[in-house]
Amino acid sequence: MIDWALIGFSLAKTIGVIFLIVLPMVSYTVYAERRVSAAIQDRVGPNRTGIPLSLIGFKSDIQLGLGGLGQPIADAVKFILKEDFTPAHVNKFYYWLAPGLAMIPSLMALSVIPFGSSILGVPMVIVDVNVGILFVFAVASLSVYGIVIGGWASNSKYPFLGGVRSSAQMISYELSLGLSVIPAFLVFGQMNLSEIVLWQRDNGWLLSPFWLERWSWNPAEWVGILSQSFDLQRLLLWIPILISAGVFMIALFAETNRLPFDLPESETELVAGYHTEYSSMKFALFFLGEYCAMIAGSAVFVTLFLGGWTLPFIPDGSATWFFGISLPTGWEWLPSVFWGFINIAVFFAKVALLLFLFIWVRWTLPRFRYDQLMKLGWVVMFEVALANIVLAALILAFIRTT
Amino acid sequence: MCLIEMGMPKVGLDRKPLLDADGRPEIAWIPRPQISCAQDIAEGMAIRTDSPLAQDARKGVMEFLLINHPLDCPICDQAGECRLQEFSVEYGNAGSRFREEKVKKPKNVVIGPRVTLDDERCILCSRCIRFMKEVAKDDVLGFVDRGSYSTLTVHPGRELDSNYSLNTVDICPVGALTSRDFRFKMRVWFLKETKSFCTSCATGCNTIIGVRENTIYRQTPRDNPDVNDCWMCDYGRLDFHYISAPERLTAPILRPAPRRISYTAALDAARGLLTGRSPGETAMIVSAKMTNEELFLASRLRELLGVQLCDILPRQGTADGILMSADRNPNATGARVFGLTGSLSLAPGARLKDVVEGVGSGKIKALLVFGEDPVACGLSVENLRNLDALVMTSLLPNGGTELAHVVFPSAAFAEKRGSMINGKGRLQRLNRAVNPPGDARDDWEILRDLIQICGGGDGLQTIEDVFKNMAAANPVFLGLSLSKIGDLGLDLSDKLPSL
Amino acid sequence: MAYTVARPKLTFAEKIYLPAIVAGLAITWKHLINTLTGRKKVTMQYPEEKWDANLPEHYRGAPTLVKDEHGRERCVACQLCEFICPPRAIRIKPGELPRESKWAKVEKYPEEFDIDMIRCIYCGLCEEVCPEQAIFLRKDYAITGLSREEMVHNKAKLYELGGVRTGLVHKWNEKK
Repeated sequence: MIDWALIGFSLAKTIGVIFLIVLPMVSYTVYAERRVSAAIQDRVGPNRTGIPLSLIGFKSDIQLGLGGLGQPIADAVKFILKEDFTPAHVNKFYYWLAPGLAMIPSLMALSVIPFGSSILGVPMVIVDVNVGILFVFAVASLSVYGIVIGGWASNSKYPFLGGVRSSAQMISYELSLGLSVIPAFLVFGQMNLSEIVLWQRDNGWLLSPFWLERWSWNPAEWVGILSQSFDLQRLLLWIPILISAGVFMIALFAETNRLPFDLPESETELVAGYHTEYSSMKFALFFLGEYCAMIAGSAVFVTLFLGGWTLPFIPDGSATWFFGISLPTGWEWLPSVFWGFINIAVFFAKVALLLFLFIWVRWTLPRFRYDQLMKLGWVVMFEVALANIVLAALILAFIRTT
Repeated sequence: MCLIEMGMPKVGLDRKPLLDADGRPEIAWIPRPQISCAQDIAEGMAIRTDSPLAQDARKGVMEFLLINHPLDCPICDQAGECRLQEFSVEYGNAGSRFREEKVKKPKNVVIGPRVTLDDERCILCSRCIRFMKEVAKDDVLGFVDRGSYSTLTVHPGRELDSNYSLNTVDICPVGALTSRDFRFKMRVWFLKETKSFCTSCATGCNTIIGVRENTIYRQTPRDNPDVNDCWMCDYGRLDFHYISAPERLTAPILRPAPRRISYTAALDAARGLLTGRSPGETAMIVSAKMTNEELFLASRLRELLGVQLCDILPRQGTADGILMSADRNPNATGARVFGLTGSLSLAPGARLKDVVEGVGSGKIKALLVFGEDPVACGLSVENLRNLDALVMTSLLPNGGTELAHVVFPSAAFAEKRGSMINGKGRLQRLNRAVNPPGDARDDWEILRDLIQICGGGDGLQTIEDVFKNMAAANPVFLGLSLSKIGDLGLDLSDKLPSL
Repeated sequence: MAYTVARPKLTFAEKIYLPAIVAGLAITWKHLINTLTGRKKVTMQYPEEKWDANLPEHYRGAPTLVKDEHGRERCVACQLCEFICPPRAIRIKPGELPRESKWAKVEKYPEEFDIDMIRCIYCGLCEEVCPEQAIFLRKDYAITGLSREEMVHNKAKLYELGGVRTGLVHKWNEKK
């Protein structure tokens, strides 16, 4: 018996998330990157877009103010209309395959991430699997193929060097990436991402050193609430979790090829790295794939450490409370839909904050030298992550025995 | 500007030179500077060419010279190669102390068909007067009036129309005498100079061709004591304008229905016209304006096609006793060396009438003409029309190119490299100053390709290869190469068969 | 010859990068906030806001040809600007003034005078080298066109931009 409802909901969620949320988010991350970098450098950035009607014979152009919000659309039009040039010396099949390989794994990784609570009883996660995080790592690590194949198929030395660098870098940092989250799972006791978020809703965000169980507007109660919020176990565990989050974050920068780890495409050394030979929409796919990976990485980070879609004192999609208003018959769906969408908004707001961090870091730090990068990955990050597991295990054992 | 300080060693009572503290002879300097060009060198003479006194004296002379000289370097054609300008840079003042009125003299005076005079610029050096009197043997220039009002002019009722008049422009140290042909055309500092020689008669005066951006602007004589000293005639000097003529042939032409075709298509057409003929059916007219290399390849083509009748078009004028030779062909000697002038016993051009007769009687069915106009060679238009095949190379359209079945556009003397032997047996070298227009090619390349399509493949890639083959085949050029000729040429008169 | 550069001794804080990273983030954050709040404004919104009124006298805009108050075109086609022009943007065809011309004494004038504004680098060497005070760099900077041909300023355009300039040396005016 085929569950048509499930298929329908899954399709709706997939299309909704990818085409209505993630892809626009990707293009507007590019826009944000440009505006934020401009602001950091005391510039303005793209602040005006319009329709160049004068190019096709009209007297004047249409100016859309909007602070340049039309820029991603203009970029997309430009990328699509540009000549899609395939050099003669490339390996055609892999040359065409690589941009897709760069984009798809990041999108796939998003499928297991709970981006919201539930709406009308439908969980806001595309596939709810028990191996959640393992699936993310498994799929996300595939994106290195896009880069390596792109570099190889281009049959040109700079892309090739970029591809080689990329494979070494990604493999190195994959280790710390995987090891760094083990302490988190020691705490959670499971790998299902939906359950992890629910755990954090009940027990507090993993990265938070204290947790407010309740709140009161009466200042007299504040001391009591605060003293309840802290407990020794939580503070003890907070140390390995903080290290874990730090290592995970740094490894994430490396995995997504962001500065200070953008060695695969470092333009001062490798022209444009692995996508030197690409143009038009194929180049755009590489470019978007990188931002998509950023979003996926941020989503994982939010899910694991920042409580996913939860926000203290905000109900989830199963709630019936709606500001104390008793709803008329026929309107019972309203709270579920309202809070469900609020949860989704909370999740992506957290993701957006992390994306800002990515951008901010990029326009602050210089690039690592390649040997420094490898040394940092193998000598520092890997060891720190390993030691952190032991530390977390010891603390957990200590907590459980007392 | 030739002012120097001169002196003789002091001699003591014992008739030995007095020595100074450094052990060098003490000199008794003449207190005033002397004119170096009027002094003979004597033993023991001491000379200071750059002493403060000499420099001061030169500065003084310079100031006097510039008193009446106009400040029109921006429009003066001599600027850039002006001796006065150079000395002014070395010894001149930035400002003038002269407060009086400058002397006014005639400007822009046309004193001859090719020369314009600006008397204000003249510094009265009299070089031009002496040249016309002593070298050109035509005493038409002289000074009138005195002092500041001295003025160069032509003798009453005469004009500077000698065939050597433009040499006065060359030797004029300032911009007083200017060439009407070159006047205001291009500043001299833009000109790229290429060493070449004149191909307008058998003398072969050595020249420098001034080129900017593929256009020849002027031709000036180049010093070669064995050929032309530093002179050349106006006729040869100005004989380059046809190179940039708009009617130059730029693409091969194919007939009967005239159309411009590609070079390779023209070669294919020529193969069809030339091959498969019995010996004696084909005749050849070559030009004595071709280089040795081209003539050598023409002789190869002649053997290949079994051509029996071959000659050049003679051009005879009268020698003027100075430079111009009676033979106006630059390389008739080369044509004789390669046996293209009938035979050595006959005068060049003697067999041309046999060609005319053969074509007229229909015995000759195919005619190859290199660089000449068959109509000018005495062939009638009707007879040319009756030919089965008329293949030509030419620079400019002429009577023959209107009729020829295939015409290859070729390169002028300034557009190619190669060598020629002048009337006195001197081997001289042409260098490429400009590129041929359109699809026009070096004649040697056309000849090589004709040889190739007629079955005589030889894989000659460069003009050096051609010269090498030529030197191997002909004892006159034994042991020579294009680079060994040098800028001044080589005398081969003792190696040449008696002419 | 190869020699070893003494590397600075890094403290522990420097070795773990983190303090430097935080300091860097603080700097960029400050810039970000200053720009976003408009406390610091560097950019001028060009087509709407212009700086034309503030252009200094020595501003080097488009090169132009000038006539003097006698209406004489000052250029005598000496081609020095063509010679000095680093990107070879100037192209002059000299001509001879007819004998009946009022300024026949000058003899030479530019028949054609083209400046390719695609090539021009606004270096001002043409103005500097001109012995006749005929070419000046004016304040026009927005030189636009829809084709390469349009971007070549011919003689008419150059005189239109340059106009009349007074107070120049008149060396051709004295009776010589």
